Amino acid sequence: MSDLLAARSQMGISLAFHIVFAVIGIAMPVMMVVAERRWQVTGHAVYLELAKRWARGTAILFAVGAVSGTVLSFELGLLWPGFMDFAGAIIGMPFSLEGFAFFTEAIFLGVYLYGWERISSRAHLWAGVAVALSGAASGIFVVIANAWMNAPAGFELVNGRAVNVDPIAAMGNAAALSQTIHMTLAAYAATGFAVAGIHAFLLLKDPANAFHRRALEIALIVAAPAAVLQPLSGDLAARHIAVHQPVKLAAAEAVFRTQAGAPLTLGGWPDVEARETRFAVEIPYALSLLAFHDPHAVVKGLDAIPPEDWPNVRAVHLSFQLMVALGTYLALVSLWVGWLGWRRRELAHNRWLMRAIALATPMGFIAVEAGWMVTELGRQPWVIYGVLRTADAVTPMPGLVVPFVTFTLLYCFLGVIVAWLLYRQILRSPTVPEWRGFYMRSGSGERGAGSGT
Amino acid sequence: MTLADVLAVIIFVALNAYALLGGADFGGGVWDLFASGPRKERQRELIAEAIGPVWEANHVWLILALVLLFTCFPPAFARLGTLLHIPLSLVLIGIVLRGSAFTFWRYGGSGGSHADLAQRRWGVVFAVASLITPLLLGTTAGAIASGGLPSGGAMKGEAFYPTYVAPWLNLFALSVGVFALVAFAFLAAVYLTLEADPAESGEGGELQEDFRLRALASGVALFVVAASALVLSRGRAPLVRDALIFASWAVPLHVVTGAAALAALIALWFRRWRLARVAAGVQVSLILWGWALSQKPYILRPDLTIADATAPPATLRLALAALAVGAVVLLPSLFYLFRVFKGRDQAPLVGPR
Repeated sequence: MSDLLAARSQMGISLAFHIVFAVIGIAMPVMMVVAERRWQVTGHAVYLELAKRWARGTAILFAVGAVSGTVLSFELGLLWPGFMDFAGAIIGMPFSLEGFAFFTEAIFLGVYLYGWERISSRAHLWAGVAVALSGAASGIFVVIANAWMNAPAGFELVNGRAVNVDPIAAMGNAAALSQTIHMTLAAYAATGFAVAGIHAFLLLKDPANAFHRRALEIALIVAAPAAVLQPLSGDLAARHIAVHQPVKLAAAEAVFRTQAGAPLTLGGWPDVEARETRFAVEIPYALSLLAFHDPHAVVKGLDAIPPEDWPNVRAVHLSFQLMVALGTYLALVSLWVGWLGWRRRELAHNRWLMRAIALATPMGFIAVEAGWMVTELGRQPWVIYGVLRTADAVTPMPGLVVPFVTFTLLYCFLGVIVAWLLYRQILRSPTVPEWRGFYMRSGSGERGAGSGT
Repeated sequence: MTLADVLAVIIFVALNAYALLGGADFGGGVWDLFASGPRKERQRELIAEAIGPVWEANHVWLILALVLLFTCFPPAFARLGTLLHIPLSLVLIGIVLRGSAFTFWRYGGSGGSHADLAQRRWGVVFAVASLITPLLLGTTAGAIASGGLPSGGAMKGEAFYPTYVAPWLNLFALSVGVFALVAFAFLAAVYLTLEADPAESGEGGELQEDFRLRALASGVALFVVAASALVLSRGRAPLVRDALIFASWAVPLHVVTGAAALAALIALWFRRWRLARVAAGVQVSLILWGWALSQKPYILRPDLTIADATAPPATLRLALAALAVGAVVLLPSLFYLFRVFKGRDQAPLVGPR
């Protein structure tokens, strides 16, 4: 394994690991706060139990997210000193702002987790709101920094050095809006569906359990709107890359040849040698239509640049297909949920819906990982698109396979432990007989009695 | 004082805050490892309760210093990341294990029982990581202070050991590591005497005495370790040493630091807990600032000054503005956090349970 590949792999593993916790850290506090608010309004103990459980889960996941995020901020220098030397002054700003947002998040999470008995219930709820808001803000700042790597702005390149640095312009880069919207929605959809999926699975076995019904309801309130909006934000992102990062789009769609009226390639196995995609379904004109809203628009193919500058077409294409397929599934299930909720049907009694939601449990997270594969692999061989090559940014230190293996093992270990701890928490699902009697007057007209509103 | 100097000072303030707050959290873990006597488990509970609500916020001071460093002084960050790759990676492993193990220990248990045997294993990981991380962090600081991080070494083809290992794997750097460890443990013990105050914690006075003894012992040890680091600096960090001895600010600084150190020990002796906390904080901070002054105007000796490493003025101005705005959010929030959990009079119990 070359040092460059080891460095890229270590960064990839670190990001892939951290993003799971980052995403949960954005969405979980929202669910926690909604549950606590419902407890305050209704006085039903089941909501308090939910808020406390989710708070426990958030505590574990946030801690792992915080330390793995620390690793990433150091790794910028440990692995990519060339990148930081060049880019620090230009793009350090969103990282600094993220530092503040993360600080606020950590402070109020401490207040929330340990403050149940120390502060008023109103202050406690607001602490939760502060966690949710600062969690979203820190995600947005980090994604802005990533967007800059895709669409660098806010400086001029003179003899390989950046001059006339304008950090505000760098933050306002062309990719920032579409990427931040796409990622924030993804966080809510992925986390919401993961939680909803677990409770849907448990409801299949025990449809009368009030605890799972309320949990499902709140999770879907967070997940479904985001999942429905996600394809629209995906369209925004795709149209951005069609103009600004045509190579990434070409790799994602496996377009080898520049062409007008380009078809949309569904699935398939890109054969890079033969410059064609086998076993794919092609929808004529659809790619031009989607990317430029014009069926005859010219879509740049990979042939526009020399093959040595191509990203890994197969990985990017398959990741992209996977993300789109999973996102579509989540959006369709969300529409189904919305329809049933609008008709005031009992969600938990619809076994097919419960199966569909249970199936969705891992899908949001897989889509998030796949989406980042598209963004990051699709940008290669550049670390700053068109400006700095990844190979020129890597540390000169040899033997990088050692830290790569070390951190991979560390993260595998932590991943297993976290999964086990959460599994134990879920196993202890409460079966309080009184709750069952009290909350399960199905069709009693009690507001929110499993109607999905 | 240039804009770059101002930002360098702010970064060091953040590091100072990290040492006083985050450092003490590590120190708490050290005392968890060395918990002993009849009140072993109560010591551990007290430590965990003291750390629990605040350690994540305290940890962010390090992140803040780091992001400000790479925003305002990118070449310094790049060089540190390159030449100190190994110790920094080890620090990171320590940070990851300390934080996750603490949370697994406190939150992973079934039904909130912390005595759970499997859970206790996480307590051990937390404690060991709390011991090793400050050692490595201090060693890294020692490597920086020794001035052995020239840019020329960062080229491909240079020999591995002298470039990537020797700057930090030496007696002086390690002695700074030991110093950091003892300083953090000292701070933690001093703070814990307050946490164990019978009036506030509902604990008996014996627990407070446990930590008083630990504070006195580590306070004395700190003198010894500091003196040995100074002796070792002769060979490895001559420039820092010369500044610490001959600069115009050196003698006054040492006098004040020494006074603070004595005040901390005397206050502990006479059980003036709050005075001891302030004096210990001042003592450790002054030692840090002594190091900062001895480095001036260099960020990384022998050749990278603040002025050389600085980002363009536009970035610095914006960073300062962001700091001002951020402080408006951050400082009241931090004040609130510490008032709720560390305040003299606790807010009345209002919550559900």
